[in-house]
Amino acid sequence: MADTLTIGKALNLGLRRAMEDDPKVVLMGEDIGKLGGVFRITDGLQKDFGEDRVIDTPLAESGIVGTAIGLALRGYRPVVEIQFDGFVYPAYDQIVCQVAKMHFRSRGKVSLPIVIRIPFGGGIGAVEHHSESPEAYFAHTAGLKVVACSNPSDAYWMIQQAIASDDPIVFFEPKRRYWEKGPVDTDSAPFALHESVVTRPGSDVTVLAYGPMVRTALDAATAAEEDGRSLEVIDLRTLSPLDMVPVYESVRRTGRAIVVHEAPGNLGLGAELAARITEECFYSLEAPVLRVTGYDTPYPAARLEEEYLPDLDRVLDGVDRSFGW
Amino acid sequence: MTRAESKRSAPPPGADVDFVQLLTPDGERVTHPDYSVDFDADELRGLYRDLVTVRKLDAEATALQRQGELGIWASLLGQEAAQVGSGRALRPQDMAFPTYREHGVLYCRGIDPIMPLGLFRGVDQGGWDPIANKFGIYTIVIGAQTLHATGYAMGINKDGKVGTDEGEAVIAYFGDGATSQGDVNESFIFASVYNAPVVFFCQNNQYAISEPLQRQTRVPLYQRASGFGFPGVRVDGNDVLASYAVTRAALDNARHGQGPTLIEAYTYRMGAHTTSDDPTRYRVASEVEEWQAKDPIARVRKLLEREGLADDEFFASVDADARTEAVKLRERVLALPDPDPTEMFANVYPNGSHEIDAQREQFAAYHASFAHEGGH
Repeated sequence: MADTLTIGKALNLGLRRAMEDDPKVVLMGEDIGKLGGVFRITDGLQKDFGEDRVIDTPLAESGIVGTAIGLALRGYRPVVEIQFDGFVYPAYDQIVCQVAKMHFRSRGKVSLPIVIRIPFGGGIGAVEHHSESPEAYFAHTAGLKVVACSNPSDAYWMIQQAIASDDPIVFFEPKRRYWEKGPVDTDSAPFALHESVVTRPGSDVTVLAYGPMVRTALDAATAAEEDGRSLEVIDLRTLSPLDMVPVYESVRRTGRAIVVHEAPGNLGLGAELAARITEECFYSLEAPVLRVTGYDTPYPAARLEEEYLPDLDRVLDGVDRSFGW
Repeated sequence: MTRAESKRSAPPPGADVDFVQLLTPDGERVTHPDYSVDFDADELRGLYRDLVTVRKLDAEATALQRQGELGIWASLLGQEAAQVGSGRALRPQDMAFPTYREHGVLYCRGIDPIMPLGLFRGVDQGGWDPIANKFGIYTIVIGAQTLHATGYAMGINKDGKVGTDEGEAVIAYFGDGATSQGDVNESFIFASVYNAPVVFFCQNNQYAISEPLQRQTRVPLYQRASGFGFPGVRVDGNDVLASYAVTRAALDNARHGQGPTLIEAYTYRMGAHTTSDDPTRYRVASEVEEWQAKDPIARVRKLLEREGLADDEFFASVDADARTEAVKLRERVLALPDPDPTEMFANVYPNGSHEIDAQREQFAAYHASFAHEGGH
């Protein structure tokens, strides 16, 4: 069955279906019960599944993740909502030292099937700490898998795949795109969870993006077409592990690659992608791999964020720089 | 120090404090209005045997570290009664979440004492099954395990496994230093608001490495519980009978649905924080001597002697058996195999990772490249 849904509603339906499929799935977070979460992603779920499965927690992120670990050891599959990207840091120790390492520490005797949902990125005119892109911190950590959805279909399917996975997964949601609509086939998943996908085929330059920047990259590709340039857009979807096969295949064809993300460029995903592409596609490259990213500053005040965030024009500028090489 | 300050402050190490005590340092039984034990002679002798054995195994591990066979060891010396008392209070269905010093609890759970030594020898990071053993993997980040214990206890509530004698309970171990950690305070909050069946067992051994209790608190630790809305009780942590009685009562309350309890087991770390520590830099010998007079084992021996429950032959046989166990432990530590180098690529993810797989192959190929050069 195909529906047109927003990303937010698709996540909501995906969570609902996961809870229906497995009674061990429990949701935990701040304000996720009656309120349905500040972005309403869990809207109506507590009403239908009860306070025991949709748990309004004390306001303590480390406590949420730490108790999720205990629940996972007890056989539950907790899905944790961190209210905003900038609020995950109190839980950082529990995520990095405990969630990520328990399977390794136990030599595989226990798994922690925990999903940590984080609305991330800017563009919503928010105050400090509400617009960050902390994905590199987690992608850098062995033992965590990290994914980011960019559209309603992926939102619906990837959240279910993440919950069904025994791996601990940090699940990034593009908060400024929550209200964007798209088709969702609720009968079968189009892709595996850890698969990068060519979203728009092209021949001149490969643009790599994930989360909220996929829309930006696609818009740039449409604009570039008018200038006679064909951009191939790859939605990475999985940030750890990376799925480099379609990336290498693409870059060998186009000879050019541009990575786009909101997070600061320094030591971000783009640096890793550039290194890998250089190692694997060196003789195919017509230009260095370029990055179009946030600046290495703290996320600025809302009135400046449009200057900070990569947008269509900055992506096209990156394309121009690549061709100017 | 003014009177007001002294009332608010935690007592200095070694000071007389109010706590639940059932056996004095002189080996005399005393009564308490709320707590008692009903041990027969065999059980009392059994507790003595536990105490002597865990101390002996601990001393053996310290010796192994000194000889370079363990990378480090966190000794429980001085805390045997707190650990044996609370460990024996656990019922089979109960779950324990330890720090890295609960070797005595582990022993009382019936677990092979070799189990944690791989971690200290450096051949693994623990590697045991916390669920099968009903004993969590040693947790080194201070206080982190208290949240795991609380979450596990929340799961017991969800499973409806509270409210009867067969109900399950959880015990979370931590130290005085950990009470300053956010995680411990958050675990108190979660346990309280969800009425989780968890007992917070704080071994106040007076020091967080070098920092005395006064650097962690201005109120006695057990009193913290009232601010979180559950009972707190201080027990003589060098008294195995009282440690047992208080823990058993708290666990049974928890399993019957009455929620968490904080137990402060007032004790003393007779040895170093770990074998890497030098306590002579931060505490005086007289303080240690004062606590020596409160030794947890000597008082049980005095009790057994006073009440004619054990003779010299018994004490000698306990010592001999403990020595035998220690020798066996030593032999098995020395026989622990070094891990295969590719072990580090195993169990990073339950579902694996093609990236880790590729690195393992590169690593293997790199190693194999030396085989062709000969002599390397």
